[in-house]
Amino acid sequence: MLGYLTKRLVSLLASLFVASVVIFSVVEVVPGDPAAFMLGMNARPDTIAALRAELGLDGSVVERYLAWVGGMMRGDFGISYTYRTPVADMIADRLWVSLPLALFALTLTVVIAIPAGLFAASRRGRAGDYSIVGATQIGIAVPNFWFAMILILIFAIQLRWFSAGGFPGWQDGFWTGLKALVLPAVALALPQAAILTRVMRSSLIEVLGEDFMRTARAKGLSSGAAIWRHGLRNALIPVLTIIGLQFAFLLAGGIIIEQVFALPGLGRLVFQAISQRDLIVVESVVMLLVFAVIMTNFLVDLAYVAVDPRLRRRA
Amino acid sequence: MSVLRVEGLDLEVSGAPILRKVGLTVDPGEIVAITGESGSGKSMTALAVMRLLPSGITRTAGDIALEGQSLTAFSEKEMCQIRGGRIGMIFQEPMTALNPVQTIGDQVAETVRLHSGASRRAAFARAREVLNRVGLDEDRFPLSRYPHELSGGQRQRVMIALAIAERPALLIADEPTTALDVTTQAQILDLLKSLVSEYGMGLLIITHDLAVVAEFADRLVVMNDGQVVESGPTADVIAHQRHPYTKALFEASGHQAHLPPIPIRRSQRPLLDVRDVVRSYPKPRESLFKRPSRLVAVDGVSFSIHAGERVGLVGESGCGKSTLTRAILGLEPVQAGSIRVDGIPPDRAHGRVQVVFQDPYGSFNPRHKVSRLVSEPFHLLDTPPTGAERDRLVGETLEAVGLTRDAADRYIHQFSGGQRQRIAIARALILRPDLIVLDEAVSALDVSVRAKILDLLAGLSARFQLAYLFISHDLSVVRSITDRVMVMRAGQIVEEGPTSDVLGTPKHSYTRALIAAAPKLPERKEQEGSADVLERL
Repeated sequence: MLGYLTKRLVSLLASLFVASVVIFSVVEVVPGDPAAFMLGMNARPDTIAALRAELGLDGSVVERYLAWVGGMMRGDFGISYTYRTPVADMIADRLWVSLPLALFALTLTVVIAIPAGLFAASRRGRAGDYSIVGATQIGIAVPNFWFAMILILIFAIQLRWFSAGGFPGWQDGFWTGLKALVLPAVALALPQAAILTRVMRSSLIEVLGEDFMRTARAKGLSSGAAIWRHGLRNALIPVLTIIGLQFAFLLAGGIIIEQVFALPGLGRLVFQAISQRDLIVVESVVMLLVFAVIMTNFLVDLAYVAVDPRLRRRA
Repeated sequence: MSVLRVEGLDLEVSGAPILRKVGLTVDPGEIVAITGESGSGKSMTALAVMRLLPSGITRTAGDIALEGQSLTAFSEKEMCQIRGGRIGMIFQEPMTALNPVQTIGDQVAETVRLHSGASRRAAFARAREVLNRVGLDEDRFPLSRYPHELSGGQRQRVMIALAIAERPALLIADEPTTALDVTTQAQILDLLKSLVSEYGMGLLIITHDLAVVAEFADRLVVMNDGQVVESGPTADVIAHQRHPYTKALFEASGHQAHLPPIPIRRSQRPLLDVRDVVRSYPKPRESLFKRPSRLVAVDGVSFSIHAGERVGLVGESGCGKSTLTRAILGLEPVQAGSIRVDGIPPDRAHGRVQVVFQDPYGSFNPRHKVSRLVSEPFHLLDTPPTGAERDRLVGETLEAVGLTRDAADRYIHQFSGGQRQRIAIARALILRPDLIVLDEAVSALDVSVRAKILDLLAGLSARFQLAYLFISHDLSVVRSITDRVMVMRAGQIVEEGPTSDVLGTPKHSYTRALIAAAPKLPERKEQEGSADVLERL
């Protein structure tokens, strides 16, 4: 058990190191000098050189890499080239939108998908199953921004239950903030829930065919109780993998939804930074996202151990 | 009063009959065996008693009574109380029949709690008691063990524990020992027998293995094609074999293939020469900084096979026989020693050694036609035959294994298990190899089919001067088809010699234990023409 943890932890650190090197190198080779970009077409070479020095763009590659990584470890992500404000503050502001949104959407996804998958699998080949499979078909096929627009039309414009966009921040209270995230979270969650429902359904159908399910029936469990007590936990193993992937996607991939609902999230931040050659922001956000993905995978690995005793090796 | 009485049971799947007028009884303390080949309806009979038939299969007539009470009238809820409470059931596959994510304690205690409503603590105490009874003592097998930490035989004991925890009146065991090694099989059968007499319960055992039946059951029910063809006290059924099917079944079980004499050695150099072979695997690391220790699967094995010789390799699961086979086929590297096929390493001896596996269906690509499957080994040749020449070779080979030429245009799912194994033999044969490795090649087949495949192998050996390396856990099959046998244990060959000597007067204690554990068919009288009867049936 401890061995497994250390192994995971070592691989986590190794992944982080490799990722940081890759991100740093990619940003290094991207054409376009941020200093030149910031000063415009007619800037004099010595002005550019001075700005480069100020931004910490001179010095050897190794020095700059170490400075970057060392800074991040202290929570210092550098100063944005464009806005001249600490990148850490910019990211923190955006993270307070993106992280709750991702968690909210993920919760919705799980809350919809697990029962729906369970229901469909236990009624395989019957009307209930077909309707759920049909619904997931639509959920996967329709892009989330379209859901977003429909949701705005119905709930913001017609019913006026929610605002059509924008984010008031958390200072007015938790519920005000959460309310602003409801529509975006639903729009993000629907396609993910459709995918997860299918995974849950097929995973459970496979488990239902296992010999131990027959054993459960032979010891006197009703078919519902057999699914609940013996099927569910076994079916969750592949579902966990997908949940991990989905969280990473929801955290970083919400840019279109952020755009539709005018949310100041991480996706929009990266998008703007890229178009303005604000490489230090790009670097930092991408690194942060990579960190989030790797951490999520680590947590999923821990969840595997909790669910599946075969992974707990005894010394 | 009988524990179980089945009368006139008919089952149907969408109008087609599966069981017809099946009747049997099991008395308290009695062991009744249902035997027959696959598809005979023995498992369906058991599932019908449990009322756990697969969806689509319905009972159209007949009655099933447990201790005089008709089960057919009960609601599903009442049946849940009966299953696991008054009828316990164990299955063939101990490796997969237990929930992998629950402890054995939880799984046994669940039966207790479901039926007695006992407290958690009382249920676990009872689980402990039952596990002790089935031979899993507290010190080595605490309730917190998971199934993956146990061997197949130990898992089957857990299955038995959860089936008998509520002291059912009837225990149904569907092929309970088929997946186990012979020594484990003997222990499990002993355990079942002692439980039957201790609890006074009825045991309905389903098995295809007539040798098990003969030694174990009080009464015997022979089924064929959904019907009971004969039933009665075991000794009586075996002694008289009144029904021709029973007779044919026993005949096929003890079938002895007529092996041609071993051809005279024309060269001193053996066809296959295995010298001091060691194959070991690294175990999972215990810590990041320690070198992983190694598991030695094959430990200094040496033997040779000459042209035309039929050699058997027997041993229990985990003894290293499959690893050795893969090394001989050149599919695995060896850490020490050498393997030579006519002087060349196996990975370069293209086409000289071919293989037939246990599961013919799994070893074929279902989307290819038989002609393509059988001609696959041609890619080993520098100039593979094409067009009409290729078709001629495929046709000839299919005929050699007893199929017709038109089989070439069909797909593998259109064939029965025995025919598939013939196709697998054709694939191995098409390059005219010198040696065919048969890895449990007849283990999954019904006895009548097995007898025919063994005859085919004997015939092919004579016709093509083929040598065989016949790997099996089944001593009776090895006795039937080999001249020489090697007994393998824990990676080493512990005994080797002519088959009749080794199996008749074993020298090594392990060989003796193996032979003692294997159930034996009773002596048969010489009977003629039984194979034809099976053909007609």
